[in-house]
This record gives sequence, structure tokens and C-alpha cells, in this order.
Amino acid sequence: MTGTDTGAESRAAVTRAGDGHRAADAAPRPVVLPVGRDALLVELPDGEVAEAFHAELLRRRDAGRLPEVTEIVPGARTVLLDGLAEPQRLAASLAEWDVPPLVRSAGPAVEIPVRYDGPDLDDVAAMWGVAPEEVARIHAATDFRVAFCGFAPGFGYLTGLPEKYHVPRRSDPRTRVPAGAVGLAGPYTGVYPRSSPGGWQLIGTAVRTVLWDTEREPAALLAPGTRVRFVPEDGTGAAPRPEEGDDA
Amino acid sequence: MNAVELHVVRAGALTTVQDLGRPGHAHLGVPRSGALDEPAHLLANRLLGNPDGAATLETTVNGCAVRAVAGDGAAVRAAVTGASCTVSVDGRPAPWGVPFRLPAGAVLEVGPAGFGVRSYLAFSGGVDAEPVLGSRSTDLLSGLGPGPLRDGDRLPLGGSTASGGHDGAVAAHADAAPWAAPPRELLLPVVPGPRADWFTPEALRTLLTGEYRVSADSNRVGLRLEGPVLERAEPAELPSEGMVAGALQVPPEGRPVVFLADHPVTGGYPVIGVALRGALAAAAQAVPGTPVRFTPASGQPPV
Repeated sequence: MTGTDTGAESRAAVTRAGDGHRAADAAPRPVVLPVGRDALLVELPDGEVAEAFHAELLRRRDAGRLPEVTEIVPGARTVLLDGLAEPQRLAASLAEWDVPPLVRSAGPAVEIPVRYDGPDLDDVAAMWGVAPEEVARIHAATDFRVAFCGFAPGFGYLTGLPEKYHVPRRSDPRTRVPAGAVGLAGPYTGVYPRSSPGGWQLIGTAVRTVLWDTEREPAALLAPGTRVRFVPEDGTGAAPRPEEGDDA
Repeated sequence: MNAVELHVVRAGALTTVQDLGRPGHAHLGVPRSGALDEPAHLLANRLLGNPDGAATLETTVNGCAVRAVAGDGAAVRAAVTGASCTVSVDGRPAPWGVPFRLPAGAVLEVGPAGFGVRSYLAFSGGVDAEPVLGSRSTDLLSGLGPGPLRDGDRLPLGGSTASGGHDGAVAAHADAAPWAAPPRELLLPVVPGPRADWFTPEALRTLLTGEYRVSADSNRVGLRLEGPVLERAEPAELPSEGMVAGALQVPPEGRPVVFLADHPVTGGYPVIGVALRGALAAAAQAVPGTPVRFTPASGQPPV
């Protein structure tokens, strides 16, 4: 079992859905919900389609084919467009767009060095049914993408782990999670840009990485759509082990 | 170079630097922030001929006091708008809503809010705090921008060309700017959705007919309310989605929170309706206990 082949499966699934998009019954048309008088919330069937739709919005904006909009805010399976002059008009047109499927591996990746030393590593390993060093290997072999941001400036919700590796939040959230902690929750991986309370399962620590720095341009290391790879530090997770590990 | 400074004599309960905020960064997790009573902020700048985006001071409930210190002895011009309050310069009464001269070394005292919550102090040239992502606004949710004022702080003035201003603006030719006191009852026109269907049909009726009051827990993030609970029809957890100012987000305890300038950019509780942006300045001036009535925005069918 490896972490990468499942990524290929999910790409194939998206491609299949995309292949059928000429047929009206197969096309996952977005649901467009009004938000007040000058915003729209576009709801997609799932996160993968939402990421593809967000990428299409950015392409259209870059090409000057999108009406002026103040904010384009992706969510777990939505995209919010805020600050529109004529939201109804855009709502009518965007439901008809042909959106190509997401190409997860496109573009250069931001590499984040990680020590896989998190306090929840053993718990996550137990939930995944693998040895702790396998968690590191699978995580570091995964092609991640920033689906959306929130919670704090610079915090990205990264997708890419296949569904069998999704884990619940901790039942007792920590009052303090240190800056740089790498955590898992639901379908997401995230890196805490600063210390804060948090309920994610912590599997490691990002090193030599500043996620948010207002003195830097751009301030955020991770923006929606950014590809991310985690690179094991100090050999943690670097070498695949043929047999099940003893204990961590 | 610029030698004019403000020295904070009395910071007050919560006084922050505010301009028009930092729009365009929500996708990175950055709230818009900015003056909660934007019309009052704009008026104060207009009275002085400042650009719209020049930073002002936003007080909370009990005003503040600052001393203008100019190296060359020059006077500063100032204007106070927003919540009505007493204004004095070195103990002598000064006008509210009218620009006046603040001599070097004089202390400008802005008293407690009579009507409303937040007063705005504008100074010629604007408050020149260090901009972050193009804005000098204090964002209390994410901690961006200058921190809330503390006694003894020094703030430089002048040279403000923050985004959103029209440079070369001239002072309004007005002896006084009439300004309505905040209403005794806060009326918030609401467009239902985007998640009205996550609530029972009764919930929307309750929202539009129920008696709500402004809670003392309100802050720059949101106007919290006391009143009837809005019942959910859909018990599932809402996957995080983008939020807007004016959104009526309903946390599990069931009472809506009206999102204001420092609101989180994404949230996991459903939004039953969105208050029109034009009404949010009044929301920012509603003292705890103020009755709140939600009405269908014009063009919306009554529920």
C-alpha cells in the first residue's frame, strides 16, 4: 500500500467525471447561492471539483474575463465571490461554464522540511493501521495542494491524502499548539503559522519554514492552489522499512 | 521630515488605528478589518481634506486623550465624528463634527460616548502607523496592524497615502456636518441565505419577528445578540466556507452573530441571512441592550 497510487486514482476519477461533462446528466453543475446583495456562494459537489472551479475563476480573472470582484475565497467545497456589482448576472453565466478537471500535480511545489515527531504520531499510525514511520513516509510521498485558507493568516487547508487516511480531530483540543506544528484533521493537513489552541492530530514539526511574514512579499507562503510537498528531515520517514516497525 | 506626533495621554477602553482596511486578502485568511463606522471615518477625513484612506483613531465607549507634539511648534487640525461625545482642547470645549485647531502641546480629550459606541478622531495628514498589507487598521482577530493604543504610546502623523484615498482632497466647506444619532432601535434589513435552508422554516420567522437585543459581548468581530434561539433543521457540520461582513452566522447555541469588520474569513457555522452592508455602521454604534429588529430587505418576499 502506498500513498501515491491513490492520488492517481482520484485524478482518474476526476478525469472520468470531466469526460462526461458534455452530457447534461453527468455535469456537476454548481449551485449558486446569493449572499446579501453583492456576493455569491458557489457550491460544488465536493472539494476536488471546488478546487477545479476556483482554479478556473483565477484563470478567468487573470485573462480579464471575470467581472470585477473584491474577494475570491475558496472553502471546503465552495467558492465565495464578494464585492460584485451585478451578482445575478454572473450567477446566470457561471452555472454554464465548462470547468476542466483539476490537475493536481501542475506547477512548482513549495517544499516544507518536516521532522515527523508529533505527539499524535502513534495515534495516527494506529488509525491508519501502519507503523509510525510509515505515517511519515506516506505523508511525505503525498502531493498536497492548498484547497483554501482561514483560521489565521497563512494557515492553509491542504488536500491530497486519500480518504482512507482521513482522521477525526482530537476529542480534547490542546490549549496550545506550537507554531510550525504539522497536523491532520478530516481530509486536511495543516501547518500552524503561530502558536494557538488547536484540535488537529499533530504528526510533525515544520522546520526552517515561515508560513506568514508581513515583511515578506508575498506574506503568505501558502495560497489557495499552491502545490506542497513535505520533505522528511533528519531521516524521519526517509527510508521505507520493509517490515512493520517496533515502536516509536 | 515629519516631526508631528501624537502622545497617548489616556488610551481609553479600546482605541485602535483604523482606515478602510485591507480588502483583497481574504483568501489568505486575512480579515478586511477597517473602521466599523465607515461613514463616520470618511466624514472626519473629509472635514480635514484628508484622503478617505487616511488612518483615524476609533474609540470604544469612553473616548481617549492625546497630546499633539510638533517639533516646529506647528498646529495640527483635528475633527471628531461618530459617537457623540464631549470634545475639549486643554480643558476648553471644542466642537464635535467640525474641524478645529489643535495647537502644539495641547491635549485633545474625547469624552465618553453619549449616543453610540465609537468616536473617530482624524488629524490632518492622518495617523501614520506602519502599514501592513496596505492598511494601518488594527485587526483584533488576527493581530495584524498596530496594537490597541496604550497610555504613553507615540503615533506619528502626516504623509498618509493609504489605499482608497483620493489624493489632493480639499477640506469640506462646512461649518458643521449634521449627523443623526444612532436610532433607539437597530433595524437590519436582511437577505435570507445562503444557508437559510439549514434552519427550520420557523427559524426565519423567528429571526424576522423575534425581539433581539445587542449583547455586551459584542466587539469588532461581531455584534452578538440576546433573544430567541434559531433552530436548525440540518444537524450536520457545515464544511468551512467564505464569510462576508453582515453575515448572520448562527453558532450551536442558536443566537445569530452579525459579522463586523474583523470577522473570520471562513467559518463552519451556517449563515441564515446577510444584513445589508449599509446598515452595519449603525450596528457598530448600537450600545448593549439596544433592541434589534431584522426586516426583509426590500425586494425580498416576506417570510
